[in-house]
Amino acid sequence: MLEISDLVKTYPNGLKALHGISLAVDRPMVVAIIGSSGAGKSTLIRCVNRLVEPTSGRVVLNGTEITALGRHGLRKARRRIGMIFQEYNLVERLTVMENVLSGRLGYVGFWRAYRRNYPPDDVAAAFEILDRVGLEGRENARADALSGGQRQRVGIARALMQRPELLLVDEPTASLDPKTSRQIMRLIVELAHERGTPVLINIHDVALAQTFADHIVGLRDGRIVFEDGSDRLTPAVLTEIYGEEDWSTTIRKVEEDDEAEGAEAAKGRDDTESGVAAG
Amino acid sequence: MTVEEHARRYPAVWRRFNPRETLVRYAWYLGIMIVTAVSFWRLDITWVYMLDAHIQAGDLLFRMYPPDWTGFEAVLGALVETIHIATLGTLATVLIAFPVALLAARNTTFNTLTWTIGRFILVASRSVNTVVWALFFVAVFGPGPVAGIWAITARSIGFVGKLTAEAIEEIDVGTVEAIEATGASRLQVLWIGILPQVLPVIYGTFVYRWDINIRESTVLGFVGAGGIGILLYSEINLFRWQAVSVILIAIFAVVVVSEFVSATVRQRIT
Amino acid sequence: MSEATAPRRGAKYPTTWRRPPFIENPLFRYGSVVLALAYLVWSLGFSIEVDMARVIQGLDRAGNMFARMVPPDFSRWELLYRGITESVLIAFAASFVGMIVAVPLGLAAARNLAPLPVYLVARFIIVLSRTFHEIVWAIFFVKVVGFGPLAGVLTLIVASASFISKMLAEDVENMQPGQAEAIRATGASFPKLLIYGITPQVLPRYLGVSIYRLDANLRHSTVVGIVGAGGIGQVLAASFSRYDYDFSLAILLVIISLVFLGEIFSNVIRSRLR
Ligand SMILES: Nc1ncnc2c1ncn2[C@@H]1O[C@H](COP(=O)(O)OP(=O)(O)OP(=O)(O)O)[C@@H](O)[C@H]1O
Ligand SMILES: [Mg+2]
Repeated sequence: MLEISDLVKTYPNGLKALHGISLAVDRPMVVAIIGSSGAGKSTLIRCVNRLVEPTSGRVVLNGTEITALGRHGLRKARRRIGMIFQEYNLVERLTVMENVLSGRLGYVGFWRAYRRNYPPDDVAAAFEILDRVGLEGRENARADALSGGQRQRVGIARALMQRPELLLVDEPTASLDPKTSRQIMRLIVELAHERGTPVLINIHDVALAQTFADHIVGLRDGRIVFEDGSDRLTPAVLTEIYGEEDWSTTIRKVEEDDEAEGAEAAKGRDDTESGVAAG
Repeated sequence: MTVEEHARRYPAVWRRFNPRETLVRYAWYLGIMIVTAVSFWRLDITWVYMLDAHIQAGDLLFRMYPPDWTGFEAVLGALVETIHIATLGTLATVLIAFPVALLAARNTTFNTLTWTIGRFILVASRSVNTVVWALFFVAVFGPGPVAGIWAITARSIGFVGKLTAEAIEEIDVGTVEAIEATGASRLQVLWIGILPQVLPVIYGTFVYRWDINIRESTVLGFVGAGGIGILLYSEINLFRWQAVSVILIAIFAVVVVSEFVSATVRQRIT
Repeated sequence: MSEATAPRRGAKYPTTWRRPPFIENPLFRYGSVVLALAYLVWSLGFSIEVDMARVIQGLDRAGNMFARMVPPDFSRWELLYRGITESVLIAFAASFVGMIVAVPLGLAAARNLAPLPVYLVARFIIVLSRTFHEIVWAIFFVKVVGFGPLAGVLTLIVASASFISKMLAEDVENMQPGQAEAIRATGASFPKLLIYGITPQVLPRYLGVSIYRLDANLRHSTVVGIVGAGGIGQVLAASFSRYDYDFSLAILLVIISLVFLGEIFSNVIRSRLR
């Protein structure tokens, strides 16, 4: 259970990115944060594991007050929080396996990490996760030899290796094509449900948010302006979040898209990335 | 459209630079010429020596021919020593340069003080020529290849360290953040998140500097720091030009080969 | 989805993983390690063996030397000043001439411009001048034109011309052929091609390299004096041989700050060129 209360972030240049955010995310729930560019979505997510240091407010994860931790405590807490990035942020020159195993860095000493000598359980778990994200057999490929979608799968595997109590996801699909985007989103949501992990996810694509999230939080200028089930998203709400625009097409398109996708899936489409795409 | 309007819209004269820019450019050219002229004038050069320079040069080349290969074995030994000095010096450099680069890169240094120290080491190392370093180390260790190795190392730290620090400053921050977000320790972030990103640069500069160092170590002997320079210097002082030409040919061969090796390796790495 | 992976879930996953080795073939892999070690033993043996005692002694001597170096002695500042100005003047004079000489040489050494014989000759000149260290050239010029700054200037002209022309030739060879072709297609002659098709593409980097070379010449001008080709190097070498270490330190400090200033200057100009 993640509880954020009165979170404020003022950047050193004086810009106030978050104005007192309060939010709760409970287990297997996928919460999508939407909002226009600069609304403070990334800032909010990064304040949770303190990649961005909050100015004031509290972040509590399953009883641990993250905002009160010192350096060492923060490292311990970060091990419990998985993070997935828009640009994947893999170590490009290392193999897929090394990237996945780097999710365990918080648990092994420097020497083991240096020798790439991880505990057998971790190695087995890494193979299993690679299998699950549809990259079986690719463990020795170098990360820079993968496609964008495949890299994001490695990113997901790395985050899951931490056996996280919370997944933070910052625009996981912004660099991917529409179809791969859906596959990746589906993978994240499925895995979260499988493992009972709550997910806090930033997303630009309203349609994707509506399809995959249970709950939607609308952010505007660092304030929450909407918070409800994803089926409650209406043109009026979108206007509230993003400003005036003809939203009817966006929302209708969502349903069409979904039907099309459903139909396609029903036809038994199965491609190389099958393990993931098959719903 | 009247004729004037047409002329205004489509002027018949077009210049790439406006008058002010042109003026500034010419001012620069003029400035450079003046600086050069003043430099030559202030240097008190005895130009008459230039008059028979071609004769002197021809004479020198004439006396160098034909090469005298009798001392070739000694040359070979000195050449091997030269290569050792360059190689060992460059190896030592890499071990020292990486930690210094970590201090001198803004994103990995501890604080402003350590950053300043790192930068100072790099600048001091680079400002002093290898031969001057050699003067210094010969005074410390006495004449011989050890002084040469340290001279090579002392000069190369700045070169390799600067390029490495630049590479560290340009690494992908996202990757480092991702590793930090897993709860990794500082040392692990360094090893898993940063080092793999800069390793190609380190390898590249190592090989590149090694090639330069081969050239540098051919003259260290002039100040007593070992290598083929010792031999070259003594043969020149004895006016044994035919032996000198053998040494020059040997240096030429080694430098050309090392440049080729370095270029090939660098191409392979990237 | 759970069906897709369920059968595998029971299967045992490997519990060990080794990073694929950098060199596939174990013979090569261990062979290269052995070779590297053998080289280390061989090369270290040759130089350290004899000198180990001296190294230890040297540490002692280094402490001694430092004691004699500090505080730096600036009392002979006139000598210092004269040497340094001479070095700076040598650097300026040589940079400009080198920069000019480099243009024809660089163009002649570009395979896509010059006919083969010209190309080969130009390349040979460049390789020859780059192969020999500045000090070797300085000795040569001292023999030819006598002691003094002229030999230093000539030395650095050779060094900078070969450096700049090599860069220039590379740039010309790496030019996008399309641009030059488009100019050629308008029926332009060779000089016009030079002005319109080539200059715009290579000029910024040529200027950048030249300014970098000025900065490099400044550094090199401090050593050509060691063999009598003018500048502060002569004074420095003399101070070392006379054990005037406090004067040596003063000279070194001045050189370091000068080179540092030169580098800042060259960086500023180069960033403005872009
Ligand atoms: N390091 C920083 N220093 C100063 N201001 C920053 C910094 N990072 C972000 N900001 C500002 O904070 C505000 C919120 O930024 P944030 O990155 O959280 O937006 P976002 O909603 O994630 O936008 P996007 O959808 O474009 O990713 C923006 O106005 C941004 O300019
Ligand atoms: Mg963002």
